[in-house]
Amino acid sequence: MAIDVSHIDKRFGDFVALDDVTVEIADGSLTALLGPSGGGKSTLLRVIAGLEQPDSGTVTINGNDATKLPPQRRNVGFVFQHYAAFKHMSVFRNVAFGLEIRKRPKREIKQRVQELLELVHLEAFADRLPSQLSGGQRQRMALARALAVQPNVLLLDEPFGALDAQVRKELRVWLRRLHDEVHVTTVFVTHDQEEAMDVADEIVVMAGGRIEQIGSPDELYERPANDFVMSFLGPVTRLNGRLVRPHDLELLASAAPGAVEASVVRVVRLGFEVRVELLVNGSDVWVQVTRDSSERLELHSGSTVYVRASETAIRPAVPSIATPAASG
Amino acid sequence: MVGAAVTTKTKWALRLVALLYLALLLIVPVGLIFWRTFQHGFSPFWHSITTHEALHALRVTLEVAITATVLNTVFGITASLLIVRHAFPGKRLLNALIDLPLAVSPVVAGLALILIYGRLTPIGGWLGHQGVNVIFALPGMVIATVFVSLPLVVRELVPVLEEIGTEQEQAAWTLGASAPQTFRRITLPAIRWALAYGIVLALARSLGEFGAVAVVSGKVVGQTQTLTLYVEQQYQNFDKTGAYAVSVMLAMIAIVTLIAMTLFRPKER
Repeated sequence: MAIDVSHIDKRFGDFVALDDVTVEIADGSLTALLGPSGGGKSTLLRVIAGLEQPDSGTVTINGNDATKLPPQRRNVGFVFQHYAAFKHMSVFRNVAFGLEIRKRPKREIKQRVQELLELVHLEAFADRLPSQLSGGQRQRMALARALAVQPNVLLLDEPFGALDAQVRKELRVWLRRLHDEVHVTTVFVTHDQEEAMDVADEIVVMAGGRIEQIGSPDELYERPANDFVMSFLGPVTRLNGRLVRPHDLELLASAAPGAVEASVVRVVRLGFEVRVELLVNGSDVWVQVTRDSSERLELHSGSTVYVRASETAIRPAVPSIATPAASG
Repeated sequence: MVGAAVTTKTKWALRLVALLYLALLLIVPVGLIFWRTFQHGFSPFWHSITTHEALHALRVTLEVAITATVLNTVFGITASLLIVRHAFPGKRLLNALIDLPLAVSPVVAGLALILIYGRLTPIGGWLGHQGVNVIFALPGMVIATVFVSLPLVVRELVPVLEEIGTEQEQAAWTLGASAPQTFRRITLPAIRWALAYGIVLALARSLGEFGAVAVVSGKVVGQTQTLTLYVEQQYQNFDKTGAYAVSVMLAMIAIVTLIAMTLFRPKER
């Protein structure tokens, strides 16, 4: 295991940021720490980097106990949400920083920085100051700077959080490709489930300082451990008190086994999809159907239909009644 | 167009008030000093500022001001890092104490120093036995000057340190830089203009200090007399030319400082 985090506790005053967190991160993997803000994911990343000291528990990096090591001696690359560019240094000097600290020969530094700038497509910007770069370019510079020292692990704290939607998507794809080229064990923090599903091999879902579930994107989507994970990873609705994905609900024209009567409140056409809002036994349910089936059933507000979960519907492994995040 | 006319009038009235105020308080008095100094040409001025006493006073002033400024620079950097980057009990107290010299009259500060370091006090007496005289000597004058210029470097650095945050420093740590390396390569360059501005302010304040130094120095001619004390002495001895000439010298030092300040300030923005 590249990173082995074991029984970590961390409090800030009365606030419990990490509560008995244990997670293993495989060599060469690309892992997302996913969860709502305040869930402890950034704190966990900073504990791994040595920027926060845990109250108890251990951090092992590449088999060595790093719990007591200062950040200088953990050999991790860290990328901050707001880039943390060294404002008074050129792009070249920023990337060279870690190598200069390690007193590498000038020629080696020059060659390595050139390679890295090519890798992040900034070779033409070597002499610019960070203030002359766009947000996306600054973040790529920060990434090259972190990679320059050949870190054991690369840690990224909401790396795309400060960028606009378009650049965000581009960088996402680019990070995935970069990882396939460089193969350094990478952990990134995000609160965007789409980003996590898109980029990561492995997702660690965190909330309230605890780990809710660890798994591949498919595992999490298809076999969510609980209501929280299910509702965080995609759209959900509640039928008869149980959480279900809106596209896993079937609408029928007549009564059938397992189906309950519902009245249509509203039909919203969103291109190919149709969102049908229902009232079932006094509570709101919404269903996602195709345009075809909506037309076949002649859905309009006031009409009566029958609704049931499909046979293959995804259910949380541990159903619970009402989690606070389920409504979101 | 009536509205526009009124605004123009108001504008001119405001400018006039501001200019009159400055003229009465600053331009006319300083101008008169320059005029009085040079009314009989350059040589009386030159003669007055090159007397043995005046040159000695200049040397004492520079010694005291530079030592105090170096001390306050080191203290200022340390204290502002402490205030911005660390949480500790008594932080608010430290913060308030640093501003105290702005509120306390320099004369009172000087008297307080005599109460601590005077020859008849335990500390002063003990130091005297070790051969260190604080009061009526350079150490006391340096301490008094440090006291009056204490807040200046800190108050320039704290907002800048708050603004730059800690992420650049943390990034440097993860790249392997030790705390001293991080300070020299990351923090210091980021605060350099604010620091330069603070140092210039502190130096200017130290060069012009009168009250606290007057009390602790004993005004021993040829020993502990600074330029400001020399001006006072010459004036009271009816050597107006001497007093004006040295005043002009102080004013010119102040003008150089002012130019330095305006050079440093815009780069900060």
